[in-house]
Order: sequence, then structure tokens, then C-alpha cells
Amino acid sequence: MEALLEQIFNGVSLGSILLIVALGLSFSFGQMGVINMAHGELIMIGAYTPYFLQSESGWFDGGAAGTAFVVALPLGFLAAGLVGVAMERTLLRRMVGRPLDTLLVTFGVSLILQQAARDTFGAPNVDVVSPTWLTGRWELLGVVMPHRRLFIIALVMLAVAALSAFLATRPEGRRMRAVMQNRDLAEVSGLSTRRVDRTTFFLGSALAGLAGVAVSLVGSVGSQVGTGYIVDAFLVVIVGGLGKLRGAIVGALALGLLNAFSEFWTSASIGKAVVFVAVIAFLQFRPNGLVSFRTRGLVA
Amino acid sequence: MGGELAVDGLCVAYGRTEVLFDVDLLVPSGSLVCLMGRNGVGKSTLLNAVAGLLPRTRGSIRFDGAEVSGVRAHKRARMGIGYVPQGHAVFPQLTAMENLLVVLERAGRSDRSVLDEVLDIFPALATLLDRPAGLLSGGQAKQLAIARALVTRPKLLVLDEPTEGIQPSIIHEIEDTIAALHATTGMTMLLVEQYVEFALRLADRYAVMDGGHIVSAGTTTDVDLTAFNDLLAV
Ligand SMILES: Nc1ncnc2c1ncn2[C@@H]1O[C@H](COP(=O)(O)OP(=O)(O)O)[C@@H](O)[C@H]1O
Ligand SMILES: [Mg+2]
Repeated sequence: MEALLEQIFNGVSLGSILLIVALGLSFSFGQMGVINMAHGELIMIGAYTPYFLQSESGWFDGGAAGTAFVVALPLGFLAAGLVGVAMERTLLRRMVGRPLDTLLVTFGVSLILQQAARDTFGAPNVDVVSPTWLTGRWELLGVVMPHRRLFIIALVMLAVAALSAFLATRPEGRRMRAVMQNRDLAEVSGLSTRRVDRTTFFLGSALAGLAGVAVSLVGSVGSQVGTGYIVDAFLVVIVGGLGKLRGAIVGALALGLLNAFSEFWTSASIGKAVVFVAVIAFLQFRPNGLVSFRTRGLVA
Repeated sequence: MGGELAVDGLCVAYGRTEVLFDVDLLVPSGSLVCLMGRNGVGKSTLLNAVAGLLPRTRGSIRFDGAEVSGVRAHKRARMGIGYVPQGHAVFPQLTAMENLLVVLERAGRSDRSVLDEVLDIFPALATLLDRPAGLLSGGQAKQLAIARALVTRPKLLVLDEPTEGIQPSIIHEIEDTIAALHATTGMTMLLVEQYVEFALRLADRYAVMDGGHIVSAGTTTDVDLTAFNDLLAV
């Protein structure tokens, strides 16, 4: 029983990371038809941010690692968001609606960013020092819940709540939803879809950066730190449906749990295969994802 | 008033397939021009090109004297071209109110009096504002789509088959609203319409398309429709 609850806890914790990673992917694909293979490297930027502050900047010497981590949260968010916008400005906006081109180009960008990280921080993995207030653990019904994982779950819940409030009530959020639902209609209604694209890309990228800061708590950080999450996050997008918050939440939890359980009952690599088979089986009867959603165009 | 549209020698293609050939069309300021023709002759293509969703291969599109063929669609909308595309032209998962707000808010405009104005024109919408637009009936969605275009206070209103696929009872409502809007505001309008009687009752001028060409055009006072019955048969 404890083992079962522990797997559920692990699944929710993994699922919450997958969720904010998947949201960015799903927004940029749903709105602009961009398949962003460099999304994992935005996670990497976020993950290196606390390391940079703690170990390279020299700004937080003398036992201020915890403060550095707290500063890293908004900074990683911002840094990844800006890199994402730079990518959108220079490359992707020329390729709106051409997913295959964006796939190739962003794959190249992802290699360049990984190499840049190795050049800057060295090839070996590095470790981020967790704040002392996150080193403890809770035990509930025999389930061990490290504070770090609880913190990640809370952070994601907060981020998702903020995001949905933004989408529901802010004019910028409304514009994002409008462009996602009907790009051509938004244009002829006087909305600059390119400007809205920039907001969307910033938010999606920034969320990946935030996820990166979070995952630096639960593992070591290297140039490949993002790639591990990105495949599963793509699966979440496929299962959850495009541009849908609710679908993504359910998809991420399902995939997190599926991952946790299949690794528990079988070995890790067979576990991955089980997940893939489950996703393929799922798509047999819900080809449009959990919440089907179609982007309409007037012309195409 | 303004809102004059002058299309000259316009050619438009989808990839390598040419669809519009040398199209000339004049919509004088304050007039209502009706564009007719069977399905697939290029009416919607012409309107999409005017609105800025399709690039031209040749020719010019002038709006109030300014060349707009290189201007992006949202800029044309801000210049005063309001477009109600064919079909379900609403944001389905935004509420009816949000459909209007998203357009109203875009330049940070705080002037909400225009909302009251369009709700006066379409009183039926007032009780539906909280409903997602995707759940509206065809007629309600069409009214919302027209209202959405009016929120931008266009000088030229372009309507693509506003009565298509709508219950007969509501068709008349929409027809009357368009007629009243034109009569009271004098707004310049370009209308694609399959109901020829309605079109001719309303319009000052007409144009008939076939195979990507304008094959006939003139004022509605001296039109002999029997001459192109075969061009209008659906
Ligand atoms: N997105 C498109 N791609 C390729 N061809 C198209 C597209 N849309 C319309 N067409 C073609 O262009 C022609 C004109 O279509 P359209 O302008 O929609 O006609 P109408 O509005 O008069 O019914 C048709 O032959 C149609 O098949
Ligand atoms: Mg048409």
C-alpha cells in the first residue's frame, strides 16, 4: 500500500513537470504550427540558472545558496522566455504553419544551445545546492515525500493557476486564445497575430525555463537535462490535445503516473516502451487527444 | 463617410492554380455593391484578397485612394475594412462577449459605447453574451460575426454570404438588419449573396463573376437578370 501511494506521489511530481513543459510546446504548435525541438534547451537554460547564480556569479557567496535559488526562479523564467522570443523573432516567424521546417531548424538550434552550454559550464554535469528549507521530508501514511518534490508540485500548481487566470481575464490572454482558435479571423479583426505570437512564445519558453529551475532540485544539471523530459512532454501534447489547458493537465498526470507505475513494476526501459504502447493504443480511439480541438483557417 | 474600394486588374492564385483573372471591381463610397455568381467562381477568394488573407500575383487594391495590396490584414482592418467571412466566423471557445471584447480591446481602447451600439443592432445577442460562441446557432453566430466586424467601426463592411445555411425565419432578420444598417449609417458595403431578389432590392450596383472573371457589372436599376440566369443558378 505504501509502495502504491509512493508511486502515485512520484507520478504526480513527474507529471507536474511534464505539464508546464508540455504547455509551452502545445501553445506554440497550436497557435503557430511550430514544433519546437529546442524546447528542452529552454529547460536547460532554466536549470543552469541557479547553478550560475550559486557557483559562477560570485553574487551569493557565503551560504546564500537558498537565496540564489529563489532568485533563479524569476531569472530562469525570464532568461528562457527571452531566448525563446529571440528564436521566434529571428527564425520561426518566417515559418508559421510549416511544422516540418520548424522541426529541422529548432533541432539545429537545440544542438547549438547544448554546445554553448558545454562551452560555458563545462561538459560534466553540475549540481545545484538545494535551499536548506527544502532538504527535509514529510511522511504521511508511510509515504516519504521530499520537500523538494512537494515544492515542485506547488510551484507548478501556482504557475498553472496564474496562467489560466491570465488566459481567462487579461486582454493579452484573450488575444492568445483568439489567435489559437482562428488565426485568420483574428488578423481580419485587427489583431496583429505576430505580436500575439511573441507573447505566446515568451510565455511558453519562460514556463520551460521555470520547469528547468525546478528540475535542478531533483537531479544533476547537464547540457542534456532537457532532452529527457521533452519526449514525454510531446506525448502529453499528443494525448492532451492541442492548445488545451485541461487536456494537458489530464495528459500530464496520466503520463506521469503511467511512467511511475510502469517503472515500478517493470524495468525502466521496458517502462518507457509500455508508455509508448499505451499512448498508441489511446490514439486509436481518440485520435484528436483527450479534448479535441481544431484550429480553423478561412483560407487554407 | 469614405470606404471606397477600387480593385484593378487583380490576379490571385493558390500556389500555381490561378483563380482570379484580371478582376476589376469598384465599390463607391456610401454604396452597397452585390457580388453574385455560382459556387466556386472565386467570390470568396476575391474578398479574402481584399481583406488581406491572400496575396495577389498582379493588380492593385485601393482603399480610400491608398494602395493596400502590400498591407497586412490586421492593418487593413484598422484602416476600416470590416470583414465577415463565409461560414462560422467566430472564435468558438470564447464567449460571445469575449468575441467582441477581444476586438475592442486590441488597441487599448476604452470606448465601450460601441458595444452598446452593436447590441442595439442585434438585441438577440444581449442575452447570449456569456455563451461560448461555438454553442450558438447558425443565425446567432452570424449575428455575432457581423457584430464583431462592426465593433471596429469599419468604413467598408464586406459580407460573404451572410444568409448561407441559416434558418429561413432568421434569414429575413439578418437581411433586414443589413438593409437598415446601410440605410441609417450609409456605410459602404460589399455583399456576396445567393438570394438574388434580396441582393437586387438592397444593392445600388452589382457584379457577376464566372470562372474567376467579372462577366457583368452595372447599376441595379437597369439590370436584366434573365440575361445571366445560367450564371446565377446554384
Ligand atoms: N484554399 C484553397 N486552395 C486551393 N484552391 C482553392 C482554395 N480555396 C478555394 N479554392 C478554389 O478557388 C476557386 C474559387 O473558390 P471560392 O473563391 O471559394 O469560390 P466562391 O466563393 O465563389 O464559391 C474554386 O475553384 C476553389 O476550388
Ligand atoms: Mg464563397
